[in-house]
Amino acid sequence: MALKDITLGQYFPGHSPLHRMDPRTKLLAVCLYIVALFLAKSFVSYGFLFCVLAAMIRLSRVPLKSIVRGLKPVVFILVFTAALNILYTPGEHVLVKVWIITVTLEGVRTAFFMVIRIMMLITGTFLLTYTTSPILLTDGIESLLSPLKKLRVPVHELAMMMSIALRFIPTLIEETDKIMCAQRARGADFETGSLIRRAKALIPLLVPLFISAFRRADELAVAMECRCYHGGEGRTRLRQLKYQPLDWVTLVLALGMCVSAFVLGKFGL
Amino acid sequence: MVDPIIKTKDLRFSYTTPEGEAPVVLDGVELNIEKGSFVAVLGHNGSGKSTLAKHMNAILLPTGGTVYVSGVPTTDEVRLLDIRRTVGMVFQNPDNQIVANVVEEDVAFAPENLGVAPEEIRSRVDDALKAVGMYEFREHAPHLLSGGQKQRIAIAGVIAMQPECIVLDEPTAMLDPIGRADVLRTVKQLNREKGVTVVIITHHMDEAAQADRLVVMAKGKVVADGTPKEVFQDVEGLKAVGLTVPDTTELLYQLRQAGLDVPLDALSDEECARALYQLLTSNS
Repeated sequence: MALKDITLGQYFPGHSPLHRMDPRTKLLAVCLYIVALFLAKSFVSYGFLFCVLAAMIRLSRVPLKSIVRGLKPVVFILVFTAALNILYTPGEHVLVKVWIITVTLEGVRTAFFMVIRIMMLITGTFLLTYTTSPILLTDGIESLLSPLKKLRVPVHELAMMMSIALRFIPTLIEETDKIMCAQRARGADFETGSLIRRAKALIPLLVPLFISAFRRADELAVAMECRCYHGGEGRTRLRQLKYQPLDWVTLVLALGMCVSAFVLGKFGL
Repeated sequence: MVDPIIKTKDLRFSYTTPEGEAPVVLDGVELNIEKGSFVAVLGHNGSGKSTLAKHMNAILLPTGGTVYVSGVPTTDEVRLLDIRRTVGMVFQNPDNQIVANVVEEDVAFAPENLGVAPEEIRSRVDDALKAVGMYEFREHAPHLLSGGQKQRIAIAGVIAMQPECIVLDEPTAMLDPIGRADVLRTVKQLNREKGVTVVIITHHMDEAAQADRLVVMAKGKVVADGTPKEVFQDVEGLKAVGLTVPDTTELLYQLRQAGLDVPLDALSDEECARALYQLLTSNS
């Protein structure tokens, strides 16, 4: 098993309009998109939002295959939600009635929309991580949340923690690989046996990993101090976030999408 | 005369352990590092050389005596950032000192902390990366680079701070021979071309031999101080503190022990070869 193959928060480098957009614009637009999704109630509004999503995927030039692959881990949740909705939604138009199980037309309808909603929700947010590098994403979050600094929320510290965590994921994965090999060379078995046995086999992997992670953290802290790190105060950035005309247009369109979804909902569509 | 960039005065340091015992790590170190010099600090494990390095930019504070950086005592908390900006520090493990997941973002870390204007950061980052020969890797992810390349990124990250002095604590200990040579060449270039004062902590004889000045530490004390040629002549003295001498010196030393008339200060391979050639031709 090659742990290196695991990609976290996958990012597809590219130069599409979605890639060039300010991360804050994308974050806000995704938020508006999610709100719109929850306002949607009918085929018309879902169809409208689906067109928006499809247009965005096309614009991003992210291969459709990767997007579909992103949906795989949630199949279980989708099936579970659908089943619950079908079985437990009361309604007038009964389709099937066997023993205590009643399936209503309303239930099928709700389940269908629920599944569509979750799928569109996940695809939309994935599109954000597919087109935004982790650094820009943390920068964007830090910038968007900066008003919270007045409420003493440690926004800079949180963003710093996030970016350091992202930086060390590949390092720690590499280390895990190394420790696994070392333990395997001494006869450790990670792949066979009952679940409890396998969980126990992970202990000789996790203990050295944790110890080394703490040592790394300590050394990194000293190295950061040596480079004059003293918190977020008075810190400047190499890459300044700046809204471009494209960002303003996107924000206006995203707001328009949200309002349209609301209006459509008012008309019961 | 110009003030030394780093000056230690009767520097003493001991760790306080929970049991109340205090093993003495540094025992009265007197050292002046002159501006623009290239100094190697050589010592066995536990000689206190790394502890000495950590005193040079106030990572550790002395338990006795004083360390001055450009005339400022390191205990001066108000000027802590000035001290750290004057003396940059590079550590052994390159993985544990790289902060960002893009090379240029990492090099920008120190100037960002110092509140340098964005355009100025840009030019500093470019200059620093060019100085270590890693400019074409500026958009790479550090974890995909080799050890030697990562260590050069770490050095660039310190240079971007524009320090007057760089202290390197065993920077080549985790590198392969190619990486070691690259890092050493980079450091030498910085010293010769940019006039950066370099203090390199090492236990490699061949690295120490390339410095202008060699300080040997043992048991928390400075036991020898001079040019590499001077220091390595005292073969018995170095062996007494658990150190070896470069292969060339060892060879000439053995020949002298056998009663042959060879100079002991032929340090480089070429000098050594010349000395041997002279010996052989004069015999015939």
